[in-house]
Amino acid sequence: MTPRELDHYADVQLLPGKAAIAKLVVLLAVLAVLPFVVPGYRIFTLNYMAVFVIVGLGLSILVGDTGQVSLGHAGFMAIGAYTSVLAMTELGAPFLIALPAAGLVSAFFGFLLGLPALRLDGPYLAIATLGFGLAVTLIIGHGSFFGGHMGLVVPDAYLGPIPLSGDISHYFLIVGIAIVLALAARNLSVTRVGRAFRAIRDSPIAAETMGVDVAYYKTLSFTVSAAFAGIAGSLLALMNGFISPGVFSVTLSLMFLAMVVFGGLGSIAGAVLGSLVMGYVNLRMDAVQEIPIFGPMLQNFSDAYMSPSGLPNVGWVLTGSMIMLTIMFEPRGLYGVWLRIEDGVRWLRRRGASDGPAAGTG
Amino acid sequence: MLLQIVASGLSSGSIYALVALALVITYKTTGVPNFAQGEMAMFSAFVAYVLIVDYNVGFVVAFGAALVFAFVLGIGFEGVFLRRTKNPTHLNLIIMTLGFQLALFGLAGWRWGADQRRFPFPVSANEVVHFGNVTVSTLSLATISIALVLMAAVFAFFRFTKLGVAMQATQQDAMAARINGVPARAVVALTFGISSVIGAVAALLTAPLITLDPTLMWDPLLKGFAAAVLGGMNTPIGAVLGGYLLGIVENLFGAYVSVEFKSAVAFLIIVIVLWFRPVGLFGRKPPRKV
Repeated sequence: MTPRELDHYADVQLLPGKAAIAKLVVLLAVLAVLPFVVPGYRIFTLNYMAVFVIVGLGLSILVGDTGQVSLGHAGFMAIGAYTSVLAMTELGAPFLIALPAAGLVSAFFGFLLGLPALRLDGPYLAIATLGFGLAVTLIIGHGSFFGGHMGLVVPDAYLGPIPLSGDISHYFLIVGIAIVLALAARNLSVTRVGRAFRAIRDSPIAAETMGVDVAYYKTLSFTVSAAFAGIAGSLLALMNGFISPGVFSVTLSLMFLAMVVFGGLGSIAGAVLGSLVMGYVNLRMDAVQEIPIFGPMLQNFSDAYMSPSGLPNVGWVLTGSMIMLTIMFEPRGLYGVWLRIEDGVRWLRRRGASDGPAAGTG
Repeated sequence: MLLQIVASGLSSGSIYALVALALVITYKTTGVPNFAQGEMAMFSAFVAYVLIVDYNVGFVVAFGAALVFAFVLGIGFEGVFLRRTKNPTHLNLIIMTLGFQLALFGLAGWRWGADQRRFPFPVSANEVVHFGNVTVSTLSLATISIALVLMAAVFAFFRFTKLGVAMQATQQDAMAARINGVPARAVVALTFGISSVIGAVAALLTAPLITLDPTLMWDPLLKGFAAAVLGGMNTPIGAVLGGYLLGIVENLFGAYVSVEFKSAVAFLIIVIVLWFRPVGLFGRKPPRKV
């Protein structure tokens, strides 16, 4: 790790320093203007990426901070999506109630699943969540209450008197929630709870000796992470207008895991970055051939050596290779690459500074 | 009726037992579950398919070639990827197996598309043999006997050959094994090769039962994990027994409770075992190491 100032009070400040505030203001300004600058059909892509960011933030707490693997986050997302849609259609709840309800119900299922799996050392959470993800899609696919394989149509949602229709209003809602959750995730990770998570990741036994209740904090981390996925599911339902079990497959869970690994385990910035990249990859996978230059090349290769219809699978090959290469060469992911660049720049500067006077005297 | 259900349970249980055995022997060696196991097996089944359908090779040669391919794939995965992991924590190794799984899944889908292909097999799923009241398809019979022979061979290998004992020693304590002159690295690679072959046999027996497509082993892999958790992740024999037990329980559930939700039994069993007997039915609590 790069050496950092170790100051707890600087850490827990929501906005440390003027430079950070300036950066945040610039970021917010860019995000506010963005939907009016990009072409209209791209706003949907942005929304999709923002939903991925929310899942990524939650998964980063679980995988990056606590060191546990979930292969069932698509299942939690499905629970969130179906909860919010059914709350609106069956109970007539407003969206403002349905959205947090999605998070809470997901969190509850996360708690139920995490409690037995996380009492134990070893890979049990990964195995249990793999089964969980498959079981969720099986149950919603066969229950008529859940619309079966045909899925459910999402009703019109209102935020008080404001109708949430159209990509631009979705954009401000989803990106706004993503920013709030990013700040929440950051605050969680720099306080006592986050330190307990990382202590468990680095050594469960050492953490226990220091008085950390390992099972409690592991379950907490998993529950929070499931809540994030539930909220993301509710927002995905809203922006899509339609949900079905096929959306929340096991491969989507693997995609989620891939994005936090690729972005950089244990850093919020990395999780956001990785989620943006993978969200884009996931959305464009079905139309790889439309990507300029590479697309036609891949299409030709595919026609000559592979099957023409299987081309979208390139996305999985890419995703799988990306996370394998990340683990092999830079386990801290994109964030690690960024740290290296920073270190490099600092080193160059320092060398420049010490060379300066020497050159002056000579 | 009950005997009939048990018989079909034994047939699907054979496949779960094979997958569970394959998972457990690498789990014991590396401490991580190999999530790429299913996709490695699926890919090997496709190798057999291509040889039989596109190149008109005989069954024996094609299946043999698929198993050799599986062996090389297993050794290659360990040697080229797992061993090169920069910081080999359990988390990173698990992610490595997931990455390999996705890459293989994508490659198979890219090369062979999502078509569901009929997998040619010397024994049919439609011909049946009668044992009193119990009817068993010849394919089930072949599955049960092949699985039994293979597992007996694997256990005999572990128990009676020098190499097998060396593998067991490495599973228990790689450092101590190395001090005693066991070439631990080669043994770990070999374990992955053998595990991959066992998985490939399971895939070759699953493909004629359903159809061949890149998702072939998703269901058997989950069942294999459930079987291993049920029997005990640290005991190969326990995992195998867990496989048969799961097959029977699942068929009973399908017959008396609900066919639609039969596949959820595996998940239910995982959760119940984790609640009440986390080391599995036949497992012992492993020591915790810092």
